[in-house]
Amino acid sequence: MPVKRRTIKVDALARVEGEGALYVRTAGKRVTDVRLRIYEPPRFFEAFLRGRAYTETPDITARICGICPVAYQMSACRAMEDACGVQVDGQIRALRRLLYCGEWIESHALHIYMLHAPDFLGYASIVEMARDHQKIVERGLALKRTGNELMRLIGGREVHPINVRVGGFYRAPSRAELDGMVDRLRQARDDAVETVRWVAGFDFPDFEQPYEFVALRRSGEYPIDDGRIVSSGGLDVAAAEYADHFVEEQVPHSNALHSRLRDGFNFNVAGESAGRRSAGGTYLVGPLARYNLNFDALSAPATSAARDAGLGPVCRNPFRSIVVRAVELVYACDEALRLIGQYEAPPRPFVDVPARRATGHGCTEAPRGILYHRYAIDENGVIVSARIVPPTSQNQAQIEADLRDVVQQSLALPDDRLTLRCEQAVRNYDPCISCATHFLRLHIDRG
Amino acid sequence: MARRRSPAKVPSRAPARRPALAVWKFASCDGCQLTLLSCEDELLTIAGRMDIAYFLEASSGAVRGPYDVSLVEGSITTAHDAERIRRVRQASRFLVTIGACATAGGIQTLRNFQDVREFTQAVYAKPDYIETLATSTPISAHVKVDFELQGCPINKAQLLEVLSAYLQGRAPGIRNHSVCVECKRRGTVCVMVARGTPCLGPVTHAGCGAICPAYDRGCYGCYGPMESPNTTSLTGRWRHLGVPDAAIARAYRGINGEKEPFRKAAEALGVPMPGDPHAR
Repeated sequence: MPVKRRTIKVDALARVEGEGALYVRTAGKRVTDVRLRIYEPPRFFEAFLRGRAYTETPDITARICGICPVAYQMSACRAMEDACGVQVDGQIRALRRLLYCGEWIESHALHIYMLHAPDFLGYASIVEMARDHQKIVERGLALKRTGNELMRLIGGREVHPINVRVGGFYRAPSRAELDGMVDRLRQARDDAVETVRWVAGFDFPDFEQPYEFVALRRSGEYPIDDGRIVSSGGLDVAAAEYADHFVEEQVPHSNALHSRLRDGFNFNVAGESAGRRSAGGTYLVGPLARYNLNFDALSAPATSAARDAGLGPVCRNPFRSIVVRAVELVYACDEALRLIGQYEAPPRPFVDVPARRATGHGCTEAPRGILYHRYAIDENGVIVSARIVPPTSQNQAQIEADLRDVVQQSLALPDDRLTLRCEQAVRNYDPCISCATHFLRLHIDRG
Repeated sequence: MARRRSPAKVPSRAPARRPALAVWKFASCDGCQLTLLSCEDELLTIAGRMDIAYFLEASSGAVRGPYDVSLVEGSITTAHDAERIRRVRQASRFLVTIGACATAGGIQTLRNFQDVREFTQAVYAKPDYIETLATSTPISAHVKVDFELQGCPINKAQLLEVLSAYLQGRAPGIRNHSVCVECKRRGTVCVMVARGTPCLGPVTHAGCGAICPAYDRGCYGCYGPMESPNTTSLTGRWRHLGVPDAAIARAYRGINGEKEPFRKAAEALGVPMPGDPHAR
């Protein structure tokens, strides 16, 4: 009897940021090919950053992504400050973290309510979902609006904020201005707790992966703007060592480079619970990784929301990432309230960052996972080279690995349901394809 | 180069059925289409007045064209996209470009001065995998555009105005003046006059609400040139403030660097683009 072949294909993935397609082939009971094809055109940021001033990076790199511009601004600032040997802390750092909380709230609410929940409830969009679930949709929109308002207050506007500069901010808000956000953030925190409860009730496929999680970690706080790069496999390095442990490679079907952990870099191979280095060095960044590596650092309301939702300190089911994202939504609201509670306007909104010939590294937690920047600048602060590794290109290889296993486990499903399951497996990662493709790196040696 | 279409050609009266709205993405950051999703208070109202027929970022249900209104985000950077925008135009009654990428080619026009093909071959093990044109061009370089909404990103109120105007069968009330007027309205003290902070406000199209000066910094031109800007005078002013020519050129060659008035202002300074092979 001939082997039955199937092709699962989605030419234009919906409810993701950017342009991607997926393609899976099976022969009998075997998955023979899996491709997350990214056809979004490259924009060559790393090439045209060369020759620009180091102070321009927050404004330029923000344009890489309209969904997480703050992440780009923060990683860029940190890298430039690192290059120039300047440390930014105190209330300026707190204000950065607060701005970042705004982005997490906006981005997570967008993904949970507008992009991901419709999958679980069988709707094409939030607009369709609103016909049957008006109150829930309104709650999601209110959460998103609060995130945007926080970004607007500190950043000047929600998409591509204008108030961020290397060294801090152009203008620091007054205590009274921030106090005006407190009631809305309290409401948002309550809504976020409700969100956790709501999404925890969805139906999740039984699917677990032995992921290697990679996230930032810094003692005493859940990672947002700072920390060492750690993994469930035992990696623990500074941002400056990123390139020693991760590689990017070009694959024919994608305009985004795939990241992998370098071969032969193996810690802790023994214990399954400590994480098993997966074949091919794939790894996962984003909410699931942050949660598994930093559960102990969540605030009390976030921990209790997780517990009530039946989540323990470990979650390896990517379909449950929507619950973890909702727990982070609680955390971001709570952390914003904490930061506002102890805020005092700094005497000067920025510290001076004089240029010097050096290389700097910056790594922060974008809503979708770690975002790494490295720049070399000359003595006048002109950029000599730039390297940017966004979270989605790091997750690409893992998304393909998930797809392969999801299909393998779900071969009994009819094509339409299997296709939806595959789309969900991609949306679990909240992929930001606009980010991922805008980094095709160009190096030119003119000798 | 793209020129502002003004006054906009709008249908004489709104159609009786709910008009079909489509949102398209080309090379861009998603920020302008996100602006539509960020209309949290108005989104469901818009969905009640218009049929959101194609919006891939927000919905997996796609309705075939033709569409009454198409919002187009992003610039054209591949041969495939140059073809796709023609099909979008054919399927659209009223086509609005949203944002600096679609309207001016966007920040990715900074590649236009560089030899992209040479770079690709110098770097990639398999350059054939990468399909890209040497330039990034605005939508109007390829098809007829009915209205252009400037800004990086576009302003939410302006987007709502364009949609409302369409529904009411009138031209959008988008003003053409400079950011300076918005500062005056807002009561912001001029950062350039009072503090000597270099500002592109005098030559930049209004619409953002003049947020940069309100946050103690100079405008960096993300809304692109206003109609007939006096860049010569502004360049003189910046020089007077002690800004080196290279930095002035960089300021013009930013997010809207390919828009003619800014491109010419930068060229007038005689500063080569970094990476320009012909400049060395």
